[in-house]
Amino acid sequence: MNFIEKTRIMDEAGMRRALTRISHEIIERNKGVKDLAIIGIRRRGGPLAERLAEKIKEIEGVEIPVGLLDITLYRDDLTTLASQPMVLRTEVPFDITNKVIILTDDVLYTGRTVRAALDALIDLGRPRAIQLAVLVDRGHKELPIKADYVGKNVPTSKKEIITVRVKEIDGKDEVVIEELAGE
Amino acid sequence: MSFEHHKDLLGLKDLGKEEITTILDVAVPMKDIIKRDIKKVPTLRGKVVVTLFYEPSTRTRTSFELAGKYLSADTVNLAVNTSSVQKGESLRDTIKTIEVMGADMVVIRHSMSGVPHYVSRNTSMRVINAGDGVHEHPTQGLLDMYSIREKKGTLEGLKVAIVGDILHSRVARSNIFGLQKFGCEVRVIGPSTLMPPGVEKLGVKKYFNIEEGLEGVDVINVLRIQRERQKKGLFPTLEEYANLYCLTRERVSRARPDVLVLHPGPMNRGVEISSEVADSVTSIINEQVTNGVAVRMALLYLMMGGSRDEIAG
Amino acid sequence: MRLLVKGGRVIDPANHLDEVADLLVENGVIREIRPGIPEAGAEVLDAAGKVVCPGFIDIHVHLREPGFEYKEDIASGTRAAAAGGFTSVCCMPNTCPVIDNNAVTGFIRRRAEEVGVVNVYPIGSITKQQEGKEIAEIADLVAAGCVAISDDGRPVMNAEIMRRALEYTKMFDIPVISHCEDLNLAEEGQMHEGYYSTLYGLKGIPAVAEEIMVARDILLAGATGSRVHFAHVSTRGSLNLIRQARQQGLRVTCEVTPHHLTLTDEVVGTYDTDTKVNPPLRSREDVEALRAALREGLVDCIATDHAPHELEAKDCEFNLASFGISGLETAVAVILSELVNPGELDLGEMVRLLAVNPARVLGLDKGTLTPGAAADITILDLNAVKEVVPASFHSKGKNNPFKGRRLRGWPWATIVSGKIVALNGEIMV
Repeated sequence: MNFIEKTRIMDEAGMRRALTRISHEIIERNKGVKDLAIIGIRRRGGPLAERLAEKIKEIEGVEIPVGLLDITLYRDDLTTLASQPMVLRTEVPFDITNKVIILTDDVLYTGRTVRAALDALIDLGRPRAIQLAVLVDRGHKELPIKADYVGKNVPTSKKEIITVRVKEIDGKDEVVIEELAGE
Repeated sequence: MSFEHHKDLLGLKDLGKEEITTILDVAVPMKDIIKRDIKKVPTLRGKVVVTLFYEPSTRTRTSFELAGKYLSADTVNLAVNTSSVQKGESLRDTIKTIEVMGADMVVIRHSMSGVPHYVSRNTSMRVINAGDGVHEHPTQGLLDMYSIREKKGTLEGLKVAIVGDILHSRVARSNIFGLQKFGCEVRVIGPSTLMPPGVEKLGVKKYFNIEEGLEGVDVINVLRIQRERQKKGLFPTLEEYANLYCLTRERVSRARPDVLVLHPGPMNRGVEISSEVADSVTSIINEQVTNGVAVRMALLYLMMGGSRDEIAG
Repeated sequence: MRLLVKGGRVIDPANHLDEVADLLVENGVIREIRPGIPEAGAEVLDAAGKVVCPGFIDIHVHLREPGFEYKEDIASGTRAAAAGGFTSVCCMPNTCPVIDNNAVTGFIRRRAEEVGVVNVYPIGSITKQQEGKEIAEIADLVAAGCVAISDDGRPVMNAEIMRRALEYTKMFDIPVISHCEDLNLAEEGQMHEGYYSTLYGLKGIPAVAEEIMVARDILLAGATGSRVHFAHVSTRGSLNLIRQARQQGLRVTCEVTPHHLTLTDEVVGTYDTDTKVNPPLRSREDVEALRAALREGLVDCIATDHAPHELEAKDCEFNLASFGISGLETAVAVILSELVNPGELDLGEMVRLLAVNPARVLGLDKGTLTPGAAADITILDLNAVKEVVPASFHSKGKNNPFKGRRLRGWPWATIVSGKIVALNGEIMV
């Protein structure tokens, strides 16, 4: 399948500004950073989690723990995928019990990934609260899940694909809307 | 991923390097799950794994059973007395019965080589060979490779010595087939009566003298010696065997200083391995057991976690 | 009753004949061979483009009756023989009861008369009940119609008993057919011992298990002056021993099977029990040695060792499966397809191996198309291409490792005593 880029909805600066704003909102809503921890959903939620932690450190001067969550084993669509996804490590080097977890991902779409992530998190311990931060909320949710922090709301059609690129993985920072070629 | 087109795992001989790498890579996050408080993920909910053991082996069977349970599959153990094979129900009928009960996978251990291949031809269930006769024991081979890679960082180019009854060892064969795909130099060490004919044609170096064979190796894999072999006249006494091949500290010192000693267990102390060496490597041997569960979880995920239609072809 | 086989290439090595001609059969006997015999009301079989040979004789088959009729019986086994191009078969004594007396011999001959479609010659056992302890009533067996004695399947391990049997058979001038296998060396073996047995993890049967017995029986043949025929020779070493014995002028002959000439131990790798046979399929070097021995003239006969089994004996674990190949219906096609058509064996030599020499080894009045001889004729179609489909075998045994292969060159017609018994794989009687 060949996708063509339709619209560029965020560039490097846009992404930086969105993450800065989300960092402020996180601090404000939680009245500081006590017991906060950030866990990114692999793969692109990971770098975003690291960046949020950096921003918060810049603002508050406090280092908060960051973890990585692989949700493959919790997915509900394994038997319908054409190609089997690789399982990566979940790396949460701290106890999440009684922490406020900022669960971070690049795009909120159907909500199924977040559902899987919530199950995965709860198997690791019992957090006091879980809040959800996403760079893009594109709509079309299939589960009753809502983000607490959103970089940008982007209404999309189901034919479109939102692609988030981050420097750590893709070499550049941007968010684009793509569509299947020929449609 | 590169394992998804296999219906069965019958041996390491038929797997590629990439496929083995995938299995070992997936086993890494699986090992993390074993170390958690909640040792369970929902991945294989609703899948049924039957372990069918025609040969007693608590260790391997339990390992598969736990691997299934950690992934939320339902695991059922069927221990069958070998003698009932000859008198009672045919293996084919047993397999069919398990299949129509709804099992998705059968894990089979059998004293006769080639039985997993026979089962594979006669069922639509997925089949894992948990050891067949003196042919292969692919999951043991994989867990040994996992253990080596974890400790050494890589498998590429290592010198690995396998010591003992090579003739009757399916563990040796699976290790040889697997390790060679990673460019390892595999050496087999043992008495001439326990060397399989044509073993050099497998691409290994053969040593009757253990001191020579261990010179400069990175890994020593010690095989369990079975007492029945002595009764069959393949070596005169266990004492003579121990004199010639028991892995002692002096002998270990021939290998590289950072040598890794593996044993598939359970150990015959004072026969194939001295107590002194055994005690110094117990922790690694225990770790091998954990790794065995992780590797088997990886296989169960890779073989049953994906889309059935995609893989069945 | 006249049958005119018209326009085929007639090969009769006994008469140095190889030409296109007509062949006239009258009252079950060959009348004349020459081009342009008038039809004169005879039944005509148009053999243009085919090869007309003296009827093939398989000196090593297991018809299983009496006792193991669920594997094969005389009716099904002889139909398989006819379909496979054989006009005569010699059946081995490992039945139940064993062919160790005149009653069982007589029973087999009567059944063959009643239900058989080709000639059947029983082979008696060397020892009573094939137990290897006391020699059987060999005079009685010969009187009842046995053409040889053999320990096939249950070799006589005791050299003293073998020696006495050889001495005793001298009185009757029949060969002792030796199945050479040292049972201690071969114990629990599943396949040839070598690289592939190591690779597949199956207990090996070493070549020396055969060779040590070939050597023993050559020595005994020398010591007694008796005739020994070696069944299903499968190793280079055995051939070397037999060559030496021949050079010393000993009366030893030997046979090889189509499967040992064409398959190696490598094929066992799928654990397909149809590849499990005794002696086992050997190494590539052995197969090459057997083929060289064919060219050299060291091998007297090709014989199938037709060993049919019921499905359950083969549809099981490799170690539990019975040894044997149901080979009557593929033997000729395998030889034509793998050896004759590729040019490795000439047709005349093939006829020698399948007709002339088998008759000579067993002293049968067969193996030639000389006028006056019984009209046992095998007609070959060298160009027919067919797939081996065991399910359509006439034999009850479907155990055949050539299944699924497309072979070029098949038996076309089988004529026994002037009667067409098989045509293009179909039984005509």
